[in-house]
Amino acid sequence: MGDPMKKVPVREQDPKVRATNFKEVCLGYNAEEAVEEAQRCIGCKKPMCVEGCPVSIRIPDFIAHVKTGDFKGAYEVISEASALPSVCGRVCPQEKQCEGRCIRGIKGEAVSIGKLERFVGDTARANGWTPSTTVELNGHKVAVIGSGPAGLTCAGDLAKLGYSVTIFEALHRPGGVLVYGIPEFRLPKDDVVIPEIENVKKLGVTIETNVIVGRSITIEQLIEDEGYEAVFVGSGAGLPKFMGIPGEQALGVFSANEYLTRTNLMKAFREDSDTPVMRAQKVVVVGGGNVAMDAARTALRLGAETHIVYRRSEAELPARAEEVHHAKQEGIQFDLLCNPEEILVDDKGWVCGVRCIRMELGEPDASGRRSPVEIPNSQFVIDADMVIMALGTSPNPLLTSTTAGMDVNRRGGLIINEESCMTTKDGVFAGGDAVTGAATVILAMGAGKAAAKGIDAYLKAKE
Amino acid sequence: MYQILTKNEPAANIFTMVVHAPRVAKNCLPGQFIILRVDEEGERIPLTICDYDREAGNITIVFQIVGAASLRLSKLNAGDSIADFVGPLGKPSEFCETPIEELRQKSILFVAGGVGSAPVYPQVKWLKEHGVDSEVILGAKNKDFVILEEEMRAYAKEVHVTTDDGSYGRSGMVTKCIDDLIAEGKHYDVCVAIGPMIMMKFCCLTTKKYGIKTVVSMNPIMVDGTGMCGACRLMVDGKVKFACVDGPEFDGHLVDFDQAMKRSAQYKTAEGRAYLREQEGNTHHGGCGNCGGEA
Repeated sequence: MGDPMKKVPVREQDPKVRATNFKEVCLGYNAEEAVEEAQRCIGCKKPMCVEGCPVSIRIPDFIAHVKTGDFKGAYEVISEASALPSVCGRVCPQEKQCEGRCIRGIKGEAVSIGKLERFVGDTARANGWTPSTTVELNGHKVAVIGSGPAGLTCAGDLAKLGYSVTIFEALHRPGGVLVYGIPEFRLPKDDVVIPEIENVKKLGVTIETNVIVGRSITIEQLIEDEGYEAVFVGSGAGLPKFMGIPGEQALGVFSANEYLTRTNLMKAFREDSDTPVMRAQKVVVVGGGNVAMDAARTALRLGAETHIVYRRSEAELPARAEEVHHAKQEGIQFDLLCNPEEILVDDKGWVCGVRCIRMELGEPDASGRRSPVEIPNSQFVIDADMVIMALGTSPNPLLTSTTAGMDVNRRGGLIINEESCMTTKDGVFAGGDAVTGAATVILAMGAGKAAAKGIDAYLKAKE
Repeated sequence: MYQILTKNEPAANIFTMVVHAPRVAKNCLPGQFIILRVDEEGERIPLTICDYDREAGNITIVFQIVGAASLRLSKLNAGDSIADFVGPLGKPSEFCETPIEELRQKSILFVAGGVGSAPVYPQVKWLKEHGVDSEVILGAKNKDFVILEEEMRAYAKEVHVTTDDGSYGRSGMVTKCIDDLIAEGKHYDVCVAIGPMIMMKFCCLTTKKYGIKTVVSMNPIMVDGTGMCGACRLMVDGKVKFACVDGPEFDGHLVDFDQAMKRSAQYKTAEGRAYLREQEGNTHHGGCGNCGGEA
């Protein structure tokens, strides 16, 4: 038995080795380690961790099953709330949610809830356990737009209530950001994402790929021609943002979405993929969120010296703590408190460097983060032959421009009723990044869950 | 899977396929495009919609072999299936939203270069079906590469064929044809020019001389085609636009063609490598100094 104040350490691929491959970084707990870590949970009567979980998993209850080695029981507890435990155990920002509230965290380290959830999910898959599916269909049809975390969760919850649910996915593979955005080394596709999506299908959900709602079919047509009684919009964030600085249209400047989509969805890191991705010597990634970390760590694995340029300091990095830690271990260089002013371009139109200016932190802004202020005459140049912009996204206008009566807020996010999750169009609900702008997998799942409740209440009231 | 119903090769390395894709056929309009993936390893490639049959649920595509994915597509035959086929993507042509009366008063000229005839054809047909006449310049490098002429003649008021080498129809590039037609006394209010970027660029320079409003259809590199990746971005009137959601049609006099052409060349060598690998197998290990196979 180790130090009870500390988490049972989790095995990881050696940083030097993993910096050259796309295999998963974190290897997770084995049964013995999981049981040992589970012992650290004191089973609070009023569990704060559950309040910190956007999908309200009964955390102490599932951990109690892990303690006794009843992993199947643990899986059943998690399955009541989430169909994606192996995904969430890997990508949730636990330190800001469940683990951030854990009583153990006051004097020592919080219980490693994320790693335990991952263990339970992985164990279920290895043993072929799937969520129980003994629901009678209630005869009502619901359409879900987008098969990312919000759509999958909403669809799964509705299916458990007896609805016939079809998810329409614009891309050729379901999963949304889990497939095109988050890299293989953080979230394996064939071993983790696809089986969990299969589990959602086992609940009775149908997924139709290659349908871009707003173009292939409109929301009105789904309702009027195809008989869907409610629609959930979980179409995700949208168009990548650029800085608007000189040189940004140069060759070798990519959005993180393009770079990651090429490598993840299209598997451009593999030799046998038709889709190319540019291999660079020195890459500058602009931004400090999870997407910036993912892009930087991908570039590193494709052989580049990689720098992250972020205008605030380390404390303000919006990325998950574990990703920042892993990125540093792997040798990503962080150029903090500096901001690009211009992308330098060679005579053939390719990127050759980035001129940055140093920043210092001023007063806190509306978000509570201290806003960065330029230090005059502090410009310097970082050589680079590729620049990746990871600055977030702005909403895709496709659905709102083709659907009458679905209003958006100032930032282009869909307006919803907080309680029912219904948009300003009757019978159309929404959640996830399409509402909030770029956020996290688990917040989108929480939104999908809330919307499923809203849709159920709406359709029951109509009967 | 999306079944191929017919396949033809109207010119060397240019293919026409009719594909069963009811969801695309139901709502598509002239000006829009599709993205397909031949198979599991395939790239997502954008192709314009050449024709559609809503009742039968079929879409006609025309493509030229340019890389590994289009080469593999060309090897499929009627009865085979394409793994993925999504659309319609992009905005429909501006005239689909314009009052018909207004269109009928306009003298419309289409300029189609090479496989650019494919996206021009449904526009000419749609207009005719709505009682609007148009003229078409059909440009190709020589007689063998003139495609869709018969089809075009069925719907256009006049078709002017021009070949670079003069082997068929008029002689010279499409820009010369525009100059000649105007010198012959023709007048046009609107021009729609679709073809290789270099052709569209010079068309726009020509029409600008005459003050003819010109619409072009941009075909930059794309990945998802749904507004997610930004690969297809281009500068129009000094602003960043995404061809997949803001286009593909833009005011040609405002497009920065030089930059768009540079951006399109971004993956040229990589595309070429995938093509060579497909055609000649794993035989390129560098050393020849020509193909870049070592990189």
